[in-house]
Amino acid sequence: MGEGTIFRISGPIVVSKETYDIVMNEEVRVGDEELIGEVIEINGDKAVIQVYEDTTGIRPGARVFGTGSLLSVELGPGLISQTFDGIQRPLTIIKKEHGIFIKRGAKSPPLPRNMEWDVDIHLKEGNEVHSNTIIGVVKETSIVNHKILIPPGISGKVVEIIEASSYKVDDPICIVEGEDGVKKELSLFHRWPVRKKRPFRKRFPPEEILFTGQRVIDFIFPIAKGGVAAIPGGFGTGKTVTQHSLAKWADADIIIYIGCGERGNEMAQVLEEFPLLKDPRSKKSIMERTILIANTSNMPVTARESSIYTGITIAEYYRDMGYDVALMADSTSRWAEALREISGRMEEMPAERGYPAYLGTRLAEFYERGGRMEVAEGRVGSVSIIGAVSPPGGDFSEPVTTNTKRFVRAFWVLDTRLAYSRHYPAISWTDSYSEYFDEISTWWEEQDVPIRELRGRVMEVLHEEKKLLQIVQLVGEGALPERERLTLKEAELIREGFLQQNALSVDAYCSPAKQYRMIKIILDFGEGALDLLERGVPLFKIIELPIFSEIKRMGMEIPNEKTDKFDELEGKVKEEFERLKSEYG
Amino acid sequence: MDSIYIKKHIGASEIIGPLLIVDGVMGVGFGELIEIEQKGMKRLGRVLEVEGERAVCQIFAGTSGIDRERVRVRFTGSSMKLPVSEEMVGRTFDGLGIPIDGGGDIVGEEERDINGYPLNPDAREYPRDNILSGISAIDGLATLIRGQKLPIFSGSGLPHNEIAAQIVNQAKISKEEDFYIIFAGLGIKADDASFFLRKFEEGGALGRLITFLNLADSPSVERLITPRCALTVAEYLAFKKNKHVLVIMSDLTNYCEALREVSSARGEVPSRKGYPGYLYSDLSTIYERTGRVEGKKGSITQIPILTMPNDDITHPIPDLTGYITEGQIVLSRELHQKGIYPPIDILSSLSRLMKDGIGEGHTRKDHPNLCSQLYASYSRVARVRSLATIIGEEELSETDRSYIKFGDAFEKEFLNQGKTEIRSIEDTLKLGWKILGNLPESELARVSKEEIEEYWSK
Ligand SMILES: Nc1ncnc2c1ncn2[C@@H]1O[C@H](COP(=O)(O)OP(=O)(O)O)[C@@H](O)[C@H]1O
Ligand SMILES: [Mg+2]
Repeated sequence: MGEGTIFRISGPIVVSKETYDIVMNEEVRVGDEELIGEVIEINGDKAVIQVYEDTTGIRPGARVFGTGSLLSVELGPGLISQTFDGIQRPLTIIKKEHGIFIKRGAKSPPLPRNMEWDVDIHLKEGNEVHSNTIIGVVKETSIVNHKILIPPGISGKVVEIIEASSYKVDDPICIVEGEDGVKKELSLFHRWPVRKKRPFRKRFPPEEILFTGQRVIDFIFPIAKGGVAAIPGGFGTGKTVTQHSLAKWADADIIIYIGCGERGNEMAQVLEEFPLLKDPRSKKSIMERTILIANTSNMPVTARESSIYTGITIAEYYRDMGYDVALMADSTSRWAEALREISGRMEEMPAERGYPAYLGTRLAEFYERGGRMEVAEGRVGSVSIIGAVSPPGGDFSEPVTTNTKRFVRAFWVLDTRLAYSRHYPAISWTDSYSEYFDEISTWWEEQDVPIRELRGRVMEVLHEEKKLLQIVQLVGEGALPERERLTLKEAELIREGFLQQNALSVDAYCSPAKQYRMIKIILDFGEGALDLLERGVPLFKIIELPIFSEIKRMGMEIPNEKTDKFDELEGKVKEEFERLKSEYG
Repeated sequence: MDSIYIKKHIGASEIIGPLLIVDGVMGVGFGELIEIEQKGMKRLGRVLEVEGERAVCQIFAGTSGIDRERVRVRFTGSSMKLPVSEEMVGRTFDGLGIPIDGGGDIVGEEERDINGYPLNPDAREYPRDNILSGISAIDGLATLIRGQKLPIFSGSGLPHNEIAAQIVNQAKISKEEDFYIIFAGLGIKADDASFFLRKFEEGGALGRLITFLNLADSPSVERLITPRCALTVAEYLAFKKNKHVLVIMSDLTNYCEALREVSSARGEVPSRKGYPGYLYSDLSTIYERTGRVEGKKGSITQIPILTMPNDDITHPIPDLTGYITEGQIVLSRELHQKGIYPPIDILSSLSRLMKDGIGEGHTRKDHPNLCSQLYASYSRVARVRSLATIIGEEELSETDRSYIKFGDAFEKEFLNQGKTEIRSIEDTLKLGWKILGNLPESELARVSKEEIEEYWSK
């Protein structure tokens, strides 16, 4: 295996010379402590290596050794409910072995080697197999059936099944003979290089909604399974809370949550909160479908760069089992900044704002790994990607935001002014968009929700409000005719009663039925009120009805399963409107 | 320890700003501590980059007066360590952790690398216990939590020092036996330093205080070390000795400027406003040294203070800080000019951790909704006020007029309080409900019907 001698150290970047037998992206070991590194540039006998641990104390003359394999992740049962760092080191095990701080040189295999798995083997000797053929199924958690796959690139005939009552991840399970006559022994896990996307057969257009339980998303700016979305917003506007909400409530089979260069306490929150929350469908703890990648801001910047790849590779692996996977990356800006920092250390020519010229390409490669794909005969899986973007100074014209916008199809803009007035989620209804709306509206229509019409009306009222508010800022509300003031009130109901959704309350998850009932009551109220105005009822009479503020509170006060409460509320609106009608009739 | 790594060298090949470039030394380690000596004067420094036999070193006390040819450089073979022990409590140190109070050297119980190590996120415990400061704006609307990093974003001439001192003195914690305060002055004026010390003394906290001082006229590059010394002691006290530690640092803007100075001397490609692209990562290695961990009783809470250049919250220093810290307390010049103390701009202030440290079992069950209602209502005030200046207050609708009244009460009664006035959380919540009395019930959509019945009165 290859070797080299260090001669330059600049932070996490080291350069070796007299290097031989080392290939691009190979995983290497640096110095006496065998720090983990990766070759990121080769130039003659010089190799540039990014080191995934603190390089303090490394001296010129220290040795570098190749490992013979590209920087890879381990894929097999035992991933779910674990927390890994950016290079897939298992943080719970590292904690047990090394204490509360992450010291240098700490190493442990990502998949526990001592755990025994029961495998329901699907193959027989003599079966033809190829990439992604299912060898057998392991119950990984109470909700995830982990399919053991023939790794991409392997095909041939099963020549032997190694029967056992249970298997450790590295025990042999079968032997496949390729057309070239070479026999390969397979186990429950395999390794895959993180920077290489896993192959698939065909890409399909997304068609089913990724239901998130967040009204402004599902109803107004939806995302599809296999879709890609970005959440840009300044600090404190709600990127992380939104990402957490999606991780908790989205109807995906598997969640990969990447904390990329963000806060340690936020990861601690996830680790404490998720095990206690129940998935609304399976009623099981949501941790049983979740994998966390935690590379907080104070951990090495190089591992922040790799965390995104570690996460997406694991996501693709579960996609290959036929699952709908949703990946959240908070924040992709920190990843881009890691690229910038590394590029600066390599003395590359900077492009816009110091970012390397390949920023756009890297972002595109990442988002392109999302999608809905056929992965084997008749098996379809998807990876949805939701990336948070943290523009410096909240300025959306900066390179990470503008480049991201080119590659995503849903863009949920968090508006600082909305956040300051505690309108959460602070998703702007004027600047956000989703190109998935047309594709997924049939999903709502199948449930008898006339989504196009309802959404159309909502957007119309909000648009009208924006125009009217400009007039109000000049002349005051009093100068508007009653009819227009009613529009303002209807918009207020839509904003406060429907778009706002407190993630920290019982309203955190809103079922499809509840979403529909809520918007229907608001729009019916608007329509009924207009009718009353035309009959001569003054607006203030309508607004002072207690049901007006009750409607604003319905999200908080009516739980998902209590649909009879909506019947009651509807009844009350009718009753009160009838009363006013007869008073003025 | 690794004495074979100690290397001595005479002369440097280049001096650029605070940097000293030494050629012809073999096997220098990245990040190691160096000592330079000239005419009996010693200065400390650190290796920033090594290439073959060339080392780029940063000298904390600056390079002025150094004779390039005669300077003696000693490479110590290890990174900078600080001896730590509980004896440090009550003592004062310079920006590099050397005692300056005449009390003699510290005999360390152990020596710790001042850069520390990242906490394993899986070892953290999510912070949940509030620290009540007796200040309504903070306790009611941006509650501080033990284990939180909550900076004060201020501007020159605004009373950030008073507020920080008031928090320390009024937070009941300062009376607790196992509670320590670490104050790190980063390029602050001697007056400001003595203001803090006086205030801590008045609050009876002197016996539990550790001070690190890098003053305005101290070498600027030394400031890059000061917060790390302070946090190294904090980690020792919190996670080894099970103490609660509150770290107050002022002014982080001076810290960032020192970082920029070094970066530009190195000729690095800057990102925004000349600050290096790694400013975020660098700041995070300070701010993230906060929190609680499993199985330990202690905690580290940080209140970094920074002045926003030109009061601009989008300037890279407050901006990147806000992206790392768990919220921010923003001071407003406008409120200050109106005579409101503390002049906290509530709308741009935020405590991200308060949600789990308030409400039933922590403060009172109506606190979360009341807080959200006060925010929502006050955010409407600004809009109504600007409308009133255009069309006149008389032309406002009745509801809008009630917002004007509410806004005035919010600032004059709720925000405003004395510099030594302690308000209990009950008083703060009561006051919150009282000022909501200026609004009609139909405007109170964030609180529940039951809460309105129980606490609200017209
Ligand atoms: N949907 C929501 N419901 C309630 N509170 C929210 C919501 N979104 C954001 N917040 C509030 O805003 C604060 C900041 O949100 P966060 O997601 O941490 O911001 P960012 O990640 O954009 O900096 C949170 O601590 C919380 O108080
Ligand atoms: Mg965030």
